[in-house]
Amino acid sequence: MLANLTSSERQNAFAIAVLVTLAGVLMAAVGRTDTLGIQGVIVILFAGTISWYIMSSFYAPEPSEDRSASYYDDPIKIGILLSMGWAVFGMFMGVWVAAQLAWPNLAFDSGWSTFGRLRPTHTTGVIFGFGGNALIATSFHVVQRTSRARLAGQVSPWFVLLGYNLFCVLAVTGYLLGITQSKEYAEAEWYADLWLVLVWVTYFVLYIATIARRKEPHIYVANWYFMAFILVVAILHIVNNLAIPVSWGSAKSYTIWPGVQDAMVQWWYGHNAVAFFLTAGFLGMLYYYLPVRAQRPIFSYRLSILSFWGITFFYMWAGSHHLHYTALPHWVQTLGMTFSVMLLVPSWASAGNALLTLNGAWHRVRDDATLRFMMAAAVFYGLSTFEGSFMAIRPVNSLSHYTDWTVGHVHAGALGWVALITFGSLYTLVPSLWKKERMYSAALIEWHFWLAIAGTVIYVFAMWNSGIIQGLMWRTYTEEGVLAYSFLDSLVAMYPYYIARAFGGLLFLIGAVLACYNIWMTVRTVPDIARAADVPVVPSVVPGE
Amino acid sequence: MGDTFHRKLERSSILLTLGIIAAASVGGIVEIAPLFTIDETVEHAPDMRVYTPLELAGRNIYVREGCYACHSQMIRTLRDEVERYGPYSLAVESQYDRPMLWGSKRTGPDLARIGGKYSDFWHVAHLTNPRDVVPESNMPAYAFLNRSRLRMDDLSAHLAAQRTLGVPYTDEMIENAARDAYGQATPDTDFAAGVTERYGEATQVSAFDGVTTHVTEMDALVAYLQVLGRLTDAAYRNTAASELPPDPED
Repeated sequence: MLANLTSSERQNAFAIAVLVTLAGVLMAAVGRTDTLGIQGVIVILFAGTISWYIMSSFYAPEPSEDRSASYYDDPIKIGILLSMGWAVFGMFMGVWVAAQLAWPNLAFDSGWSTFGRLRPTHTTGVIFGFGGNALIATSFHVVQRTSRARLAGQVSPWFVLLGYNLFCVLAVTGYLLGITQSKEYAEAEWYADLWLVLVWVTYFVLYIATIARRKEPHIYVANWYFMAFILVVAILHIVNNLAIPVSWGSAKSYTIWPGVQDAMVQWWYGHNAVAFFLTAGFLGMLYYYLPVRAQRPIFSYRLSILSFWGITFFYMWAGSHHLHYTALPHWVQTLGMTFSVMLLVPSWASAGNALLTLNGAWHRVRDDATLRFMMAAAVFYGLSTFEGSFMAIRPVNSLSHYTDWTVGHVHAGALGWVALITFGSLYTLVPSLWKKERMYSAALIEWHFWLAIAGTVIYVFAMWNSGIIQGLMWRTYTEEGVLAYSFLDSLVAMYPYYIARAFGGLLFLIGAVLACYNIWMTVRTVPDIARAADVPVVPSVVPGE
Repeated sequence: MGDTFHRKLERSSILLTLGIIAAASVGGIVEIAPLFTIDETVEHAPDMRVYTPLELAGRNIYVREGCYACHSQMIRTLRDEVERYGPYSLAVESQYDRPMLWGSKRTGPDLARIGGKYSDFWHVAHLTNPRDVVPESNMPAYAFLNRSRLRMDDLSAHLAAQRTLGVPYTDEMIENAARDAYGQATPDTDFAAGVTERYGEATQVSAFDGVTTHVTEMDALVAYLQVLGRLTDAAYRNTAASELPPDPED
């Protein structure tokens, strides 16, 4: 990891790691009567280990050749491995909580293993751990290749990657300890949120400085999406997490937003976490790895522009569709619904652009499971954005809201779109990054593909069934005009679907484990390739623009 | 023309950044800012009281355990919801709620008006092991709340933080927070009298978990559940609801 750093850079890295360790000591001291103290110890262990690692290889040989003549791939490699580690953790937690809903006794007699605390470890593990690391890694890769320039920093990429993972670790261990804001997808508490702001600002500065070094006149479309992802997530994160801590020694804070305003801010955040984390970022992936793998240019430049600005503008209005028929003023609900329906246009423009790019490469889709992952991802993207617009329509929402239908919809997007595009991209990226001839096993990719598809389809069908049954049972009246079913009747009807859902999730998890093994064996055993130079353009040989 | 404009935009990282911020800001500003300025957004309910320290502590346990993942606290304006759960929820009822706990999923039923519908004893038995009371339930068991003593030494700081954000706690309430939390769970003590004096006669003082020697997290959570939907009568006054708020004394 340090081979590419000069001695003064190693000093800087060491200084940062020690500072973070000291911050952990401070947290442990002021929070010694609170769970904040335990989080402080976790910071000490995390940053202390990194300090120790830097120290132990401090005097290793320094890089000799001109570094600007090569891409900076070390942080990307670690990012991919971290991403896969989080995938297995997060999906395992998902299978566990899914099983708890079917068999509630699958818990220990203490707080940490109850559904309410485990559920955010699943969501944070897969969205921020798996998805976030994959986005950081691929964005570092894409921005260098499409700008034909090396990352504009030596230590900062490590700060972004490892700092981000510290945030994820604090968040997940916090939930187990009972530290949570109970704001969906923004559960982490104030100190972790502040830390993430620091990491995220560094990420943006690094990204834009790298783009400034580009040897291409145009900024490639994938980078627009990565920039929107970084920028808008920063805005959302800061606004939604404004809070005051009970005291400096307490992990607990109170959000500044009360009641109905909190509801609006939370779902403005929540829905746009879907939009800019789970959509924009992964569209960035799609716009690079899909054409690379298919060996076809993107179908339409104009469709790319239309869908990019459409998504950036429309999505931010859509959050209030999570609050139909609630105490949120009617006019805001109506705006949310209207924009959600309009969102279908840029969403399908993206999905269509991706699928039309495959024209002329369908034989590759048939033969190459990696490309098929990306094709299936685009199809699921199209399906779940259609479903999302549909569910945002007020009367449809009256049935679907509060039911498993929502859960099914989220997983059609998260498994079918986000995870599939990520696996497709990683299977494309790993051999190229480690300069290997190919992935270790094409058969394992094929197995992974079908496990992932089967798992997703079982999961989504189970939740469609359970959600619609649930919603209908709640509103069914007898001929005498009284409610036909108790709430408990509707719960009892759910059990078969909860078992099916857990099984679907298990298949998906097995697929992710196969992917880990395949990636590991690729790195360890597949012979290196002597390939045409994958290097940036060195400034001196570029004619002036 | 459009194409030339965009070609300019996508050649400058600064322009692109500004463009993204501009495009992404409009929706949030239009939808969020007026919620603070339009008067009808939150109804007026002069009778509304604040959470007692014990209820607030219970609410924080509800938050800590992530109960919102399975229980909503938001009855929608739909006939079947009103008939199942009670009058639809008003914005004013969560005006002191940080965070709001409206929820997004009902694996279990809505809890916005659960207060007073079941006895304390039922809640304790149900939380200790839901399947003892409701055999088909898939809710986790929260027996450990019976064993956990409630932390009360920092309750004044909690109330003070809430007041900074605009919740009308008085100096006296803040000063007596720990005493009131103890008093609300131990009827027939001097401490109990202070609770009703400061928070109103209607405040439920009870040995929630049946044990008065010490205050547990179970006491706090049940106190919170029993006040849900009962901080104000606004929902019963301003709507067509025919029923009255449930009274645990009945």
